[in-house]
Amino acid sequence: MTNVLEVRDLGINFGGLRAVDGLNLTIEPGQLYGLIGPNGAGKTTVFNMLTGVYLPSDGTIELYGENIVGKKAHQIARMGIARTFQNIRLFKDLTVKENVLISLDTQADYSLLTGVLKLPRFHAQETAMDEEAMRLLSVFDLQDDADKLARNLPYGKQRELEIVRALGTHPKLLLLDEPAAGMNPQETQNLMDTIRTVREQFNIAILLIEHDMKLVMGICEKITVLNYGTMLACGTPAEIQSDKNVIKAYLGE
Amino acid sequence: MDQSFKKQLLIDFGTVLGSYAVLFALQKSGVINTYWQGIILVVCINVILTVSLNVTSGFLGELALGHAGFMAIGAYLSAFISKSLPLIPALEFPVAILIGGLSAMAAGYIVAIPTLRLRGDYLAIITLAFGEIIRNILKNLMLFGGTKGYPNIPAYTTFTWAFFGAAVCVLAAKSLIASRHGRSIISVREDEIAAEASGVNTNRYKILAFVFSAFFAGVAGALYAHYIRFLQPSVFTLDKSIEILVMVVLGGMGSIRGSIISATVLTVLPELLRSFSDYRMLMYSIVLIVMMLAKHSASGKIMFRPAADKTQEAET
Amino acid sequence: MSGFSQFIMQFINGLNIGSIYALIALGYTMVYGIAKLINFAHGDIIMVGAYVSLICLNAGLPWYLACIISILSCSAFGVIMEKFAYKPLRNASRISLLITAIGISYLLENAFQLIFTANPKPYPSFIALPALKIGAVTISANYYITFIISVVLMVVLTLFIRNTNMGKAMRAVSEDAGAARLMGINVDNTISLTFAIGSALAAVAGILYSNCYSPINPTMGSLPGIKAFIAAGLGGIGSIPGAVLGGFFLGMIEAMVKAYISSQLLDSIVFTVLILMLVLKPAGILGKDVREKV
Repeated sequence: MTNVLEVRDLGINFGGLRAVDGLNLTIEPGQLYGLIGPNGAGKTTVFNMLTGVYLPSDGTIELYGENIVGKKAHQIARMGIARTFQNIRLFKDLTVKENVLISLDTQADYSLLTGVLKLPRFHAQETAMDEEAMRLLSVFDLQDDADKLARNLPYGKQRELEIVRALGTHPKLLLLDEPAAGMNPQETQNLMDTIRTVREQFNIAILLIEHDMKLVMGICEKITVLNYGTMLACGTPAEIQSDKNVIKAYLGE
Repeated sequence: MDQSFKKQLLIDFGTVLGSYAVLFALQKSGVINTYWQGIILVVCINVILTVSLNVTSGFLGELALGHAGFMAIGAYLSAFISKSLPLIPALEFPVAILIGGLSAMAAGYIVAIPTLRLRGDYLAIITLAFGEIIRNILKNLMLFGGTKGYPNIPAYTTFTWAFFGAAVCVLAAKSLIASRHGRSIISVREDEIAAEASGVNTNRYKILAFVFSAFFAGVAGALYAHYIRFLQPSVFTLDKSIEILVMVVLGGMGSIRGSIISATVLTVLPELLRSFSDYRMLMYSIVLIVMMLAKHSASGKIMFRPAADKTQEAET
Repeated sequence: MSGFSQFIMQFINGLNIGSIYALIALGYTMVYGIAKLINFAHGDIIMVGAYVSLICLNAGLPWYLACIISILSCSAFGVIMEKFAYKPLRNASRISLLITAIGISYLLENAFQLIFTANPKPYPSFIALPALKIGAVTISANYYITFIISVVLMVVLTLFIRNTNMGKAMRAVSEDAGAARLMGINVDNTISLTFAIGSALAAVAGILYSNCYSPINPTMGSLPGIKAFIAAGLGGIGSIPGAVLGGFFLGMIEAMVKAYISSQLLDSIVFTVLILMLVLKPAGILGKDVREKV
């Protein structure tokens, strides 16, 4: 069975700075994968390369065997990598449902003329998109907020909405950038359940960046530790917890 | 959904036909005199200009200062067509309008390409420069009479043409915004990076918004040309572009209904102030400043979509 | 006149108009840097400066007093404009700021039209120095004085911003107003100061411009204003050396195009060059490339 994601020797330079160097990652179907490391280790930079925001200086990224390096961000999104952002980036002045409808655009194909003339095909697809949006929202219990402006949602729900929006592109791989940032322990607990549910319901692989060790160790099956842009360790949570290098990097000596 | 759609369709067509019938009857019966008939016609043209600019400025969220340039292209080229094509008027005018719109649309495409890499204020500079280039070329194009003007354009624009031109523009803009294409355009305004991450080809939708907006500016230009019957480059200045932008902003960025209302009010108001002609522009400018200040003093009642400021987020 | 001295003549023309553009562009760029506002009324301050000095001259005041009064009143006007029209909108969207600026621009032009009529008024050139003769080229006093004054002012401004506390405060506010406030900088005063300096420079530009290109009228500032705004964009909006460079660059292109290509198509060519340059270098010649944080 082909792997969902196969990253080889990935690296990027910012000016003279080598922000990420020689990164290898293999994500199997349905895997929950954690990417951890101290601040400034290059985790978000990795996400930005995987999603086409930054162009890597070297290395390859294969999604189900197809190299996606050099593809535009929207093309990669349509090929099956969806993401959330560390500092939530919702379409704040649109409604909750509209946020999801925008990513569901990947599932529609009626033409401009069909839309402007409101032909039957427009209705058929819009109705389907509408139902799909409500279905996705209900997974996170957001269906009652569908017509609220995204900016008016409480923080935790905004994070969830971002995940729903990402799911709207029907991804094969979902990247979550610090999904628990700013959440209290109870909210984090709920989030962990949600992430598991998403994985099972949508049958996708998830790669997440997280600082909350409890969360990472609790749900990830495999973890890669980054430090100063290079790979420090890679393994199961148990292996990582006993890894000398990791302990040294995190606790100092 | 189908049910509500049919209702909406009935409301839309009812409003259009109803207001047409009322205005038409009032004009035919002489309740509205010829002077005001002219003003109503200009209102229709300004509605087209405002609604179309709202697509780029309000929905796409880009500050465009060259709308008069697109209008000029539509005006001159349509006038050229109707002056040189030996067709019957009933056929000639639609062809002229279409050519006017399409040529403005082509210009919109040309302007959109360089703007893809630019944002915010730089985009404003480019569109401003573009508008000035168009005007400068027209000034020197002897085919169109240069600064002396382009005379003897047939008087094809009637109330009916202008009214239905505006209706088509408004309905097209409304449907565009309600479609997946429109949502994608709005997503660019809201957050370009998040839009890309959601699979939106932002470049494509920027071009679409520009081209749509330019097409209707061209149509407005064509209607204007065949109403005023004499074109001069000095009509299509930066001031004209700004006048349209002011209508968009006062009506509310991203509000089509607001655009219609403000285009109407800001066209009729100066006419009412005509007796104070010396102080007219002075009052206009004061009203402008006061309205902006008033709008923002009432906290929370911000009609502008704050997300129109995309450049603020850019960090070094 | 030989081809070479012809070229030198044009070069000098370019420097002359370029230094005026640079002075105006400086005001644009300073205000933009600090208030993130395209102050469309900036061009009209040139006109205010020109008219105030003209009134003083016509009232029989000596030229230096006329200049000082004109500069001071423009500065005061700039500060008042900021306090009353821009400050209440500091958190508003950029478009509403822009519309307000346009409103002020129209207000100035129309108020002056009511007071002084739209008819052009002759401006008595008071720069009474001898013309400079170098070989076959004669440079009138207006031209070299304009150039010298502009360059001196730019140097002084650069030193001011680089070395004084107030200059540092200005840089801090333009970098991050919130952080500057936390560091104890009086942001409001700094913004006022920026408007005062920018408007003073515009007044100087207005006086020099009127000396070179009499007569003057109430809309005289709008075209140089737009051109200078474009020059500021060309150099990289918000950048002080960029504004100077952009101003001279634009002046030079204008002079050369006018002399050697076509004076009718001048604006088209200048604006096309501008568009091409911005496309190739999206943040202007000296502007910082901003990368959006993700």
